[in-house]
Amino acid sequence: MSAIRVVGLWKGYGGPPVLRGLDLDVSWGEFLVIFGANGAGKTTLLKVLSTLARPDSGEVWVAGFERRREAQAIRRSIGVVAHRGFLYDDLTAYENLAFYGRMFGVSNVRERVRQVAARLGMEHRLDQRVRTLSHGMQKRISLAAAILHDPPILLLDEPEAGLDQEALGMLSRVLQDWKGEGRAVLMTTHNLEQGLALGDRVAILAQGKIAYQEERTALDLAGFRGTYQRYLEATS
Amino acid sequence: MERAESKPHVETAEDRARAGYNRLSNALLVASGVAMLLNLYLIFIYAPLDATQGQVYRALFVHVPLAWISFLAFGITFVGSVMYLWKGSRRWDALALSSAEIGVLFTTLVLVTGVFWAKPIWGTWWQWEPRLTTTLILWLIYVAYLMVRSYAPNPRQGARYAAVIGIIGLIDVPIVYFSVEWWRSVHFPHVVGPLADEGTLPASMRSVLMFSLITFTLLFAYLLRERLALKRTEDALKDLRDTVESKQ
Amino acid sequence: MRGLVRPVLLLAWKDLLLELRTRDIVSSVLVFGVLVVVIFNFALKVTPSQVDQLAPGILWVAFAFAGILAMNRAFVLEKDRGSLEGLLLLPVSRDALYFGKLLGTFLFMLAVEAVLLPVFIVLLNFAGFSGGLALAILLATLGFAAVGTLFSAIAVHTRSREIMLPVLFFPVVVPVVIAAVEASKAAIGAGGMVEYGRWLGLLGAFDAIFLVICPWVFGLILEE
Repeated sequence: MSAIRVVGLWKGYGGPPVLRGLDLDVSWGEFLVIFGANGAGKTTLLKVLSTLARPDSGEVWVAGFERRREAQAIRRSIGVVAHRGFLYDDLTAYENLAFYGRMFGVSNVRERVRQVAARLGMEHRLDQRVRTLSHGMQKRISLAAAILHDPPILLLDEPEAGLDQEALGMLSRVLQDWKGEGRAVLMTTHNLEQGLALGDRVAILAQGKIAYQEERTALDLAGFRGTYQRYLEATS
Repeated sequence: MERAESKPHVETAEDRARAGYNRLSNALLVASGVAMLLNLYLIFIYAPLDATQGQVYRALFVHVPLAWISFLAFGITFVGSVMYLWKGSRRWDALALSSAEIGVLFTTLVLVTGVFWAKPIWGTWWQWEPRLTTTLILWLIYVAYLMVRSYAPNPRQGARYAAVIGIIGLIDVPIVYFSVEWWRSVHFPHVVGPLADEGTLPASMRSVLMFSLITFTLLFAYLLRERLALKRTEDALKDLRDTVESKQ
Repeated sequence: MRGLVRPVLLLAWKDLLLELRTRDIVSSVLVFGVLVVVIFNFALKVTPSQVDQLAPGILWVAFAFAGILAMNRAFVLEKDRGSLEGLLLLPVSRDALYFGKLLGTFLFMLAVEAVLLPVFIVLLNFAGFSGGLALAILLATLGFAAVGTLFSAIAVHTRSREIMLPVLFFPVVVPVVIAAVEASKAAIGAGGMVEYGRWLGLLGAFDAIFLVICPWVFGLILEE
C-alpha cells in the first residue's frame, strides 16, 4: 500500500483544467520533492490531497483512505505546512499549538506541545504572541502544528520560502528525522538546492501531469538543472 | 497541405436528436406565438368589463399567470440546485441557472404589472400585502442567486454557491409569505385587495385566466429551452477554448 | 452527538479568546449600534406616545445591521489571516465547523445586544425589558446567526464581500425581522400573549428549519 496514490487526477476551476490526468505514487519512508513553475498546479495538487479541493475525476488515496469517502480520516493522517501559515496572530504560540493539538485529539496536549517545541528549538518563544515573532519562527510553529498529532504523512507547500539559513537547516533536520521514522513526505518547492538536498525522489509537474521523475541517487545534477530549466521555459 | 476528401454526410443519431430538438423548439415558438395572439384577443376583447375596476383589471390576466410561472421557474431552479449538489453534473446547474434567469424576468414583470394595476385601483403604487411582498422578496433572493455567480472566485464555486441559494431561497419563501400574512392581519385587518379576486371570478373571466396561464407556460417552456440551448453552446465553446489553451 | 460537542466548544472558545485579546469585533460593532440609534433619533422624531410602536423597529434595525458586521468580520478575519484553511484541515465534521462558528457568532451578537439594549432604553426612553423580550431576542439572534454563518462563509469567498452578505442575508431573514419586531412589541405590552406566542412560534420554527438545512449545505460549499 502506498502512502499516496493518485491515478488520472483531473482538476479545474471552471476554466482550463490545471491538473490533467496526473498520476503519482509515494511510498512509505519516501521523501518526494515536486518542482514546477508557478501556476503549474503544485498547490492545486496539495489542495486535492489535503481534502481542501475536490477532484473532478480520478482516484486519490492518501494513507490508504479514499479521498471522496474518507476525507476526515485523511485529515487525521496528514500534517500540512502551507505557504501561508494557519496561525492566529493574537494568540501565543502555545495557545495556537494547544488549539490545534486539542482539535486533532492529541492527548496530554501540554506535554506534547513542549516536546515538539523543544525538538524545533522554540520553547523559549511559546508564550509570545505570534504577531511579535519573526517569519522564520512562525514557520517553525506552523511545522510544529503539523507534527503535533504525529501524522504518518507530511505535505509541505514551499516551506522554505522566506526562511533564513538557520531555519532552513532546522527544517532539513526535522524533515530528515521525520522521514527516517517510516513516514512519507511530499514537498513542493522552487528551491532546487533545498529540494535536491532533501528528497529521495524528485519530480517535475508540468502541463498538468508529472512530466518527469527520478530517484535522486540516479540523478545527474547538472542534467537535471537543464531539464528543469527547459520545463520552466516551455510553460512561460 | 492535403485536400481533405469530401464524404457524403451520413445522418447520425445526434443529428436526428438535434433535428428533433429543433422541431420541438419551433413547435413551441409557433404554439406560444399563436396562443399569445389568441390570448391578447381574449384579454382585451372577449373578457367582459369588470363592474368595479373597469378596463384596468385586465392586468390580472398577465399578472397572475406570470406570478404562478415564476414560482414554477424557481421550483425548477430548486430541483436543479439539489440535483447539481448531489450529482455534480453541469447540466443540472444549467437548468437551475436558465430557469432562474427567466424566473427573475417574469418576477420583474409581475412586480411591474402589479404596480401599474395598483395605482388606478388603490390610488397607491404599492401595498405591503403578502403576495406582492413575497414576490418582491423572491425577486431579491433570486437576483442574489445570479449575483453570487458573477462575484464568485471561479465558475465552479459560483455554481455551488448559487445552488445553495436556490435551495434556501425556495424553502424560505413560504415562511416569508406566512410572516407577512400574519403581519398584515395585525396591522391592516381590513384590506381588500383587487388581487384577491380569483375565487370570485365569473366563468368567462376564469376561462380567460386559464388560457392565459397556458399561453405563458408555453412561452416559459420556449424561453427555457432556448436559454438551455444557449447555455449548452456557451459551455461547449468554453470547453473548446480551454482545450485549445491547454494544448499550447 | 458526543463527537460534535467538544470541537464546537473548542472552536467557539478559540474565537472568544481571540476576541477578548483584540476586542476587534465587539467594540466596533458596539459603536456602530449606538450610531444607528443616534441617526434614527434625528431621522424619525420619536415622541413619548410613539415610543412603544417605533422603538422595537429601531432596535431590530440596529441589531440586524450590527449583526451583519459581526458575522462578516468573523469570517473575513479567518480568511485574511489564512487560518480558514487551517480550520478546513481539522479532522472534524463540517457540521462541527458550522456549529462552532455559529456558537461564537451567536455569543458575540448577544454580547453586543446586551450592551446596546440598555443604551436604547436610555436614549429612547423606552420602558419594559422583560423575560419575554429577552426570549424573543435570543431566538431571533439565533435565526440571524444560523443563516448568517452560512452566507458569510459564501460571501467571504466572493469579490465584493461587504455587499454580498447583506444582499444574500436580508431577504432570507425577513420573517425573523418581522417576528422579532412584533414579538418585541407584544413583550413590552403593546400586544397580547396570543400575539407574542404566535410570533415566538414563528421564530422557533424558523430556527429549527434553518439549523438543520444550513449545516447540511455548509459542508458542500467549503471544498474548492
